[in-house]
Amino acid sequence: MLPGFKLTLGFTLFYLGLIVLIPLAAVFWKTTTLTWPQFWQTITMPTAMASYRLTFGASFLAALVNVIFGLIVAWVLVRYEFFGKKIVDALVDLPFALPTAVAGITLAALYSKTGWIGQLLEPLGIKAANTQLGIFIALTFIGLPFIVRTVQPILEDLDPELEEAASSLGANRWQVFWRVVLPMLTPALLTGFALAFARALGEYGSVIFIAGNIPMKTQITPVIIMGELDMFDYGKATAIAVVMLVVSFVLLLTINVLQWWTNRYNTNNLA
Amino acid sequence: MTPAATTFHTPHNIVHRHTTSEPPAVRRALIGVALVFLSLFLFLPLVFVFTQAFAKGIGFYFETLRDPNAWSAIKLTLLAAAIAVPLNCVFGVCAAWAIAKFDFPGKNILLTLIDLPFSVSPVIAGLIYVLVFGAQGWLGLYLNADNPHFPWLQNWLNDHNFKIIFAVPGIVLATIFVTFPFVARELIPLMQAQGRSEEEAARVLGASGWQTFWRVTLPNIKWGLIYGVILCNARAMGEFGAVSVVSGKIRGQTNTIPLHIEALYDDYNFTGAFAVASLLAFLALITLGLKTWVEHKNAALNEIEISK
Repeated sequence: MLPGFKLTLGFTLFYLGLIVLIPLAAVFWKTTTLTWPQFWQTITMPTAMASYRLTFGASFLAALVNVIFGLIVAWVLVRYEFFGKKIVDALVDLPFALPTAVAGITLAALYSKTGWIGQLLEPLGIKAANTQLGIFIALTFIGLPFIVRTVQPILEDLDPELEEAASSLGANRWQVFWRVVLPMLTPALLTGFALAFARALGEYGSVIFIAGNIPMKTQITPVIIMGELDMFDYGKATAIAVVMLVVSFVLLLTINVLQWWTNRYNTNNLA
Repeated sequence: MTPAATTFHTPHNIVHRHTTSEPPAVRRALIGVALVFLSLFLFLPLVFVFTQAFAKGIGFYFETLRDPNAWSAIKLTLLAAAIAVPLNCVFGVCAAWAIAKFDFPGKNILLTLIDLPFSVSPVIAGLIYVLVFGAQGWLGLYLNADNPHFPWLQNWLNDHNFKIIFAVPGIVLATIFVTFPFVARELIPLMQAQGRSEEEAARVLGASGWQTFWRVTLPNIKWGLIYGVILCNARAMGEFGAVSVVSGKIRGQTNTIPLHIEALYDDYNFTGAFAVASLLAFLALITLGLKTWVEHKNAALNEIEISK
């Protein structure tokens, strides 16, 4: 029998409790200092409600766009050969590696009226800086790797015999993709979507610079929490944080179920 | 695929080329769409950071980096990473050892709890430490000089001017929280895949627990550990939201590199902001390079990628 079980598990639980669980419990403890009507009034105040709609809507759309383009990027990286493919493959992780504040000021400056992209959009009447479009762009940037990196390994392990069988039975290329390949990628696409969506909901640094944070228009929920904190209203900040935490935990559970589903598909294919 | 299967399929190869791949026009279109999308979202921002950083010349660039507030931010960021990364490494190794080498009830719940910090918004990660250690917080009430539950502790803290929130310890704690799962989530699947037979063999041959760990386990998990450290370090040095809640943003004292970038940007010193940002963009490129290198170095890591 190997030694060290008590020591390592003990330290794991101690450190987990100290760094994660006890501080997180403080959120729920702080909420108890509010009465139910106060709590309800805070989480349903107009600026908060507007921020939920914006945060959910923009995160959902960004994750959806990433599903489409992420699938194309993963497909191209797995199935085709082209010049610079290895560099492109490595750079897909840039949104993971680039600090959010750097991404934030970069996107804000690129899409400002005088920026490289902003000045091209200006004549078309499209404004990205200080608008909801800008928030959507920032959330698309940070969500990109999630879909590519969940779909890529599944696509690599896909058994070519299935596609061969379908085409030898008379299916054309589009039918093979739509009826054979896509159903096998669905769990991975859903997992990637959920991961990108969850990340986008809580995102702060890459959004605030391009968003302009105009109340009722371009304030995401983390900005509402930050605003309450700046006014030292910890009760209100905590109430809205509880809403976000509950949503995050539900998403975390969903992702775990989806990942189990993805892995089941994956092991089936490997077997 | 087994060699037998390959030989079996060879005669049909020509037919398959036509039916299991897309026409050249479709291929080119898809590659085009992917590259345009990635150029717009990845390459262009990256090029932009470095172009803007040097917009006022190399002299201004180094002047910005030599500024005392910039230096203080760089030192604070290095300090926070130097504490957070080793602590999370020790935690990652311990957690992986307990979870991968032993069976106990509640393992799946523990795995979910370890991943928890990834699903918490950075702003909330900062908030929870304010709620614990802040002036109106859980422990803050006991550390508050106006409300002396433990007078000796207050006196000691006041004498040493020790603060957690709006000070360096809070920044370190927030950094530890947001980078908490990185090493553990690389090592757990790796050590689970490796099993415990090698360690058990070493023990039977008379090695002590520590000898087994240093000479058998550690060489086996070396690349996974390095991979986790690279990712953990990148996040530790780049964290913005969580740190900005607990820092208080005192220039030259509690600003990290990302917070210093924000301060310069808010001053409309855009070139300065991008000059400092280029340091972190460079770190991101090094991180991607090292990550790719480690992935090539150890094919076993690909197994982890799949299981994610």
